[in-house]
Amino acid sequence: MGGIGASVRRLEDPPLLRGTGCFAADVNLPGQLHMRVVRAGLAHGRILSIDTLAAAAIPGVVAIWTGADVASLPPIGFRQMGLTALEPYRQPILAQGVVRYVGEPVALVFAEDPYVAEDAEELVLVDIEELPVIIRATDPIGDFDAAHGTEPTIIRKEYGDVGAAFAAATHVVELDLIVGRHTGVPLETRGALAEFDDATGMLRMHGASKVPHANRLAIARMLDLPSERLHLHEGHVGGGFGIRGELYPEDVLVCLAAMRLGRPIKWIEDRREHLMAANHSRDQRHHIRAAVDAKGFVLGVEDTFFVDQGAYVRTHASTVPDLAAGMLPGPYVFPAYAAAAHVRLTNKTPAGTYRAPGRFEGSFVRERLMDAIADRLGMDPVAVRRINLIPSSAMPFDRGIDALGTPLVYDSADYALLLDKFLRHLGYDALQARLAARRAAGEHVGAGLAFFVEKSGLGPFDDVRLELYEDGRVELITGVASVGQGVDTSLAQITADQLGLSYEQVTVTHGQTDRIARGMGAFATRVTVMTGGAIVLAAAKLRQRLLAKAAELLQQPMDSLQLRDGVAGPTTPGPAIALPALITACLAEDGTDRLTAEATFESGHMTYPYGIHLAVARVDAETGGVSLERFAVAYDIGRAVNPLLVEGQIQGGAAQGIGGALLEEFNYTDDGQPLSTSFADYLMPSCAEMPPVDILLTEDAPSRIGTLGVKGAGEGGTTAAGAAIAAAVDAALGRRVPITQLPITPARLRAAIAGR
Amino acid sequence: MTTQRITLTVNGMTHAIEVEPRRTLADTLRDQCGLTGTHLGCEHGVCGACTVIVDNQPVRSCLMFGIQAEGRSIRTVEGLADGATLSPLQQSFWDHHGLQCGFCTPGFLMLATWLLERETPIDEAELRHVLSSNLCRCTGYQNILKAVREAAKGLGKWVESAPA
Repeated sequence: MGGIGASVRRLEDPPLLRGTGCFAADVNLPGQLHMRVVRAGLAHGRILSIDTLAAAAIPGVVAIWTGADVASLPPIGFRQMGLTALEPYRQPILAQGVVRYVGEPVALVFAEDPYVAEDAEELVLVDIEELPVIIRATDPIGDFDAAHGTEPTIIRKEYGDVGAAFAAATHVVELDLIVGRHTGVPLETRGALAEFDDATGMLRMHGASKVPHANRLAIARMLDLPSERLHLHEGHVGGGFGIRGELYPEDVLVCLAAMRLGRPIKWIEDRREHLMAANHSRDQRHHIRAAVDAKGFVLGVEDTFFVDQGAYVRTHASTVPDLAAGMLPGPYVFPAYAAAAHVRLTNKTPAGTYRAPGRFEGSFVRERLMDAIADRLGMDPVAVRRINLIPSSAMPFDRGIDALGTPLVYDSADYALLLDKFLRHLGYDALQARLAARRAAGEHVGAGLAFFVEKSGLGPFDDVRLELYEDGRVELITGVASVGQGVDTSLAQITADQLGLSYEQVTVTHGQTDRIARGMGAFATRVTVMTGGAIVLAAAKLRQRLLAKAAELLQQPMDSLQLRDGVAGPTTPGPAIALPALITACLAEDGTDRLTAEATFESGHMTYPYGIHLAVARVDAETGGVSLERFAVAYDIGRAVNPLLVEGQIQGGAAQGIGGALLEEFNYTDDGQPLSTSFADYLMPSCAEMPPVDILLTEDAPSRIGTLGVKGAGEGGTTAAGAAIAAAVDAALGRRVPITQLPITPARLRAAIAGR
Repeated sequence: MTTQRITLTVNGMTHAIEVEPRRTLADTLRDQCGLTGTHLGCEHGVCGACTVIVDNQPVRSCLMFGIQAEGRSIRTVEGLADGATLSPLQQSFWDHHGLQCGFCTPGFLMLATWLLERETPIDEAELRHVLSSNLCRCTGYQNILKAVREAAKGLGKWVESAPA
């Protein structure tokens, strides 16, 4: 039971429900010291002095470090999409003479107690001479340091003849669009605990997540340690969303301190730190132009955009601008396209990926453009979209550009079919008629719809090892990670499906670098596709072995036998053998306590799920407040391993998309002071703001990667939310106040209504 | 900093501990009583992850000092299950996929336990009103609402809202 397609409850839940989970802060080791980070209070300046005397005098303070203590360590490198041009902008683990954002680590306090560490942190006096601050990506280019400006690179993606498209255009539609700065904000802040065993020379870090293997190699390199002397361990993880698990300065610092101070070092971030130190995201300004023919067909698109990278380039390097530029065309033909992404350094918290990176922004920009084209030509927004969709007959569709270093080839899709199904599901015409009647009666209500194309299953590889025990239990060991999304359950279901077992017999081990040699980790919605692919291959080896033995014992041809419900037997009624007996027979031959199979799944392409969001918004014209009456997501993910979990992903993703569209924003003063450093200022949706999310899950376009047909489901709840909500607000206001900026805060909307 | 000897009663068990007066109840429960099921999400009273029940009232344990809880009855997530048997609310969260990462879950469970133990029946508006005091970043709330709604139905505490 609990194979592929079953909405079974999760294996992960019992300890989490009982309060016996093991999150980073829950791990303690005897003799541990607590690390507290002293952070820059100014956005840009030269460090003149750091006075630690008063702090060091507090009883219980064991050590205080400044940049000078770690000057020999290199800055944090890139995990993916690195470019040479970005290297001078990497972040040191402690500021080296210059601070570039409020929140940058400047010094460290190590103390016997976390409260004492915090007392001492407040007494560390950092004297900073202020330097000019750049606060917007569109400000004039300034100096990062003496040798480098604040625009390290422009990333370009283009195909087709854009000049010819504009020359042939009947209409040119142009928009200036802004997506605000917001990010993942998991409910658990970051944390880490490192221990060093002098006797064996082993360093271990608890609290790893997302990419433990990559971080192990990166930390070992930075500390100049043989990688076999370092292991990373993942416990429960309180939400990832792209930002967690990347290698941050604090991860390296706890490891270094554990070695130097000879005691376990624990660091737990507080929320204020998190909001100014963990990766921010989004924060883009686009100027987009479309060449359109008389019928509304888009001949070409040109987009120039500015990405506010913040003060340093972190592990993601060029990932976000690359994905934004590569995936902006989405589901539409767009015969010619040219994008130029200006990567700009500013004096704000460094930025990285957040759920649907580049696509949340790109979908907002593209879908706003489609709405503007519909307005200009007096067409229905759905009709304009429909005539521009790539037809299913064109699949696989090669864009002729790349994304995340892989050729951008949509593997399978039927966009028009999903649109038809969704409109029918929504009762779209009747919905629009009801809303029109309410508008006529004076209400400000409207619906907006937006398409998106997602990507998932990033390679290049993943390994698994399956260990089958005598009693029929299986341990699946993988180099991916869990950030709380239900990895254990869905991978157990795939394993159970392949071996004819119950998913409850499968234990999933992930995030432990001492259990499997390599692993890519959990990001880019890759786990179900890549690890699922590897499970199929490894399980086939076990199945082969078991069925060969069964054939021998049952004296039946092997190809007439199958594994099902814990029994090996013929596909038609007949003598069968229970799995434990069969395994025992194999183990007796091997002289081992378990049957083991390993496999690697490789893929050089991603797979592209797609969908549509619909929002129904009501605007209070007095206050500018927007409330959502309805939110719906149609999503084709090829094949759903566990529809209950897929729907959970979409609902949660939608909440984050809605937050980014209406509420969440990191604001700064002109001198770079962050204004959103508490949950009273950084507003996330509560259940009071969340409409029910109506989900239409389809499986019309199975992935062509691997044999399972699955595409990832992790990000599509978020991707087009900003676009759909902006369109709904437009419609609610009778298209008189075009929404060009997210989030649509009451203050902005009220000003826009008043100013028209 | 001086410490004070106090006795806390948590889930019916007494804990004789020594604690600084400035230590929050959340830190006291986690560090002095070893009950790490109570989580800290913001430490400024907004997210509700640290919600516990003190003398039958839901309390943000990050906004209360440990010494203030002396002589009171404290309940935390560790006290909800009866041995191997989950409480009906915990079971409902499991059955309805009311959690993903599980970090906010103890706070929601304690808040909703309080809600379900009140005499007054619960309708949709009251459910949303009460649960809107806690934050979840994974689920989008739909399945949390459903889990509590279904548990309330099972306990005979649910009333359908009057049609608008």
